Amino acid sequence: MLAFLIQRVLQAIFVMFVVALISFSLFHYVGDPVLNMLGQEATEADRAALRAQLGLDQPVVVQFWQFVVNAAQFEFGISYRSARPVTDLIMERLPATLELAIISAIFAVVMGIVLGIYTAIQRGSWLSKFIMTASLIGVSLPTFLIGILLIYLFAVELGWLPAFGRGQTVRLGDWWTTGLLTTSGLRSLILPAITLGLFQLTLIMRLVRAEMLEVLRTDYIKFARARGLSKRVVNLRHALKNTLIPVITIIGLQLGTIIAFAIITETVFQWPGVGALFITAVRFVDIPVMAAYLMMIALVFVVINLVVDLLYYAVDPRLRVQGGAK
Amino acid sequence: MSQQPKPSESAAVAAPIAPKRPSRLRTFLDSDIVYSWQRQPVVILATLVTLTMFAGALFAPWIAPQNPFDPRQLELIDAFTPPLTTSDFTGNFYLLGSDSQGRDVFSAILYGSRISLLVGFAAVLFALALGTALGLMAGFRGGWRDALIMRIADVQLTFPSILMALLIFGVIRGFLPRSMHAEVAIIVLIIAIGLSDWVQYARAVRGATMVEKGKEYVQAARVIGLPDHRILFQHILPNVLRPVLVIGTIGLALAIIAEATLSFLGVGMPATQPSLGTLIRVGQDYMFSGEWWILLFPGVALLLLALSVNLLGDWLRDVLNPKLR
Repeated sequence: MLAFLIQRVLQAIFVMFVVALISFSLFHYVGDPVLNMLGQEATEADRAALRAQLGLDQPVVVQFWQFVVNAAQFEFGISYRSARPVTDLIMERLPATLELAIISAIFAVVMGIVLGIYTAIQRGSWLSKFIMTASLIGVSLPTFLIGILLIYLFAVELGWLPAFGRGQTVRLGDWWTTGLLTTSGLRSLILPAITLGLFQLTLIMRLVRAEMLEVLRTDYIKFARARGLSKRVVNLRHALKNTLIPVITIIGLQLGTIIAFAIITETVFQWPGVGALFITAVRFVDIPVMAAYLMMIALVFVVINLVVDLLYYAVDPRLRVQGGAK
Repeated sequence: MSQQPKPSESAAVAAPIAPKRPSRLRTFLDSDIVYSWQRQPVVILATLVTLTMFAGALFAPWIAPQNPFDPRQLELIDAFTPPLTTSDFTGNFYLLGSDSQGRDVFSAILYGSRISLLVGFAAVLFALALGTALGLMAGFRGGWRDALIMRIADVQLTFPSILMALLIFGVIRGFLPRSMHAEVAIIVLIIAIGLSDWVQYARAVRGATMVEKGKEYVQAARVIGLPDHRILFQHILPNVLRPVLVIGTIGLALAIIAEATLSFLGVGMPATQPSLGTLIRVGQDYMFSGEWWILLFPGVALLLLALSVNLLGDWLRDVLNPKLR
């Protein structure tokens, strides 16, 4: 267990190191930041002064160290495009992305588990057959086409829901803005959350269904039925519990995927989040924003993977015994 | 279905014509693959759709009524002609309508699927070559090379491949001078999608190589003193290619979707060289104003292409998997 943990932590640190190296080299080799920051009228002395001030006259290794230290404090410099600190830009947009990601994750998990249980218990019914077929189509549709389809149906044709943006937002505390407290904010959230969560929903649903079918065949379930326990207790208390271990792993790993796919959803719905910011940065080669996003997304993935590994050990006692025996 | 001759019957019919050895074509037609293909209408349909779209893309310059890249052939006055309409101004017929610049949507789709397929095929080939080479090395040599390659693969597998492609695309673009972006977009796109997708090939090939390595024919080749590279490429490689073929087919569908997604996000193919994804992005702007055909037809084309290639891949996986027989 401990050896495994140490190996995982080392791997995580290695990943962060590589990503930091890539981000740093983006900064270092793409153009001259001094020329970017000073105008054309600057003298050679000005440039040298700024270079010294930014530490660019130092050896590369020292500069890389400085970059890592800054990154650890969320200092990524000034965006080339909007001339504002990258940290501010990201902080401003982070609430939008997080709210979208969390709501669609909840949507995917709840609906996925409910539909998974239903399609497992009522295996033969026409409704579960319909759900399974629909899920197959949902998996093969690209995310952005689903988004466009939903916009066309619910915003253009029916006019029920807004097609883009975040609606009205309310400021909470220093920097958090939320769309969850206004009607227009909530209405704006529905379509993007469905688009983003649909793929995860089908994944979780299929997994829960498969696990559930497996568990329902085991002896202890037969015994529980033989004891005359109600269907509800057998299905939800005895069977569901044992299907949840792989589901937790997948949900954990899918959280990262949701944040990644948020890039696409945010672009389709013009959602003012971090993903849309990153796409704009890639389009206009805004290196500081790109570097910051790279570091941020790598950190998110590394942390999620670590936590999932830990959870796995916490949830499944068999693994602990195995680890101890080694 | 019952009218289809069973393989054994057709072989019997063919026997008197070629008494000694059936021709290669006949052997192929009698194989399990063809038999399984004939029995599944969905797969036949998917094959037809795929072949039609491949042909459309390949022969686009001869099929398309106009070349959408050539501004001289565009009639600005025909802009926003609805589908199946003959323009009142120029008398041109627009099968699937025309867009804001009078570009024929049908022609744009033909030329666009050309770029989509080119990027898809090239990216898959790139990923396949890279993954197979690394997988062969990891499986055959073992040791630190194996450990290093597989660690990198593990790490990369924790990131979704579309995110990986996007990040690689962004990084490569960052390193290139701005003036080159439009020209090399297609190459950068191929490299980014290819690099994001090599892991699966490497894993499959590594596993198969490790199995093959212990077999007698490899030992025999060793005993007669063949050099490593000959054993690897002439003896082991042909035997590990089967899973690669299957992953490659499904990979093609994924690569086409990845390319479309990046182009849709506005970081793939530029509007001057539109792929299906770019066409969808452009079409989205006209969704609200009622010109639905500019969006719908490229979307349907992408969907048909991805879906049918995907179906073919699934079918191939089932047919080539000996466990499922």
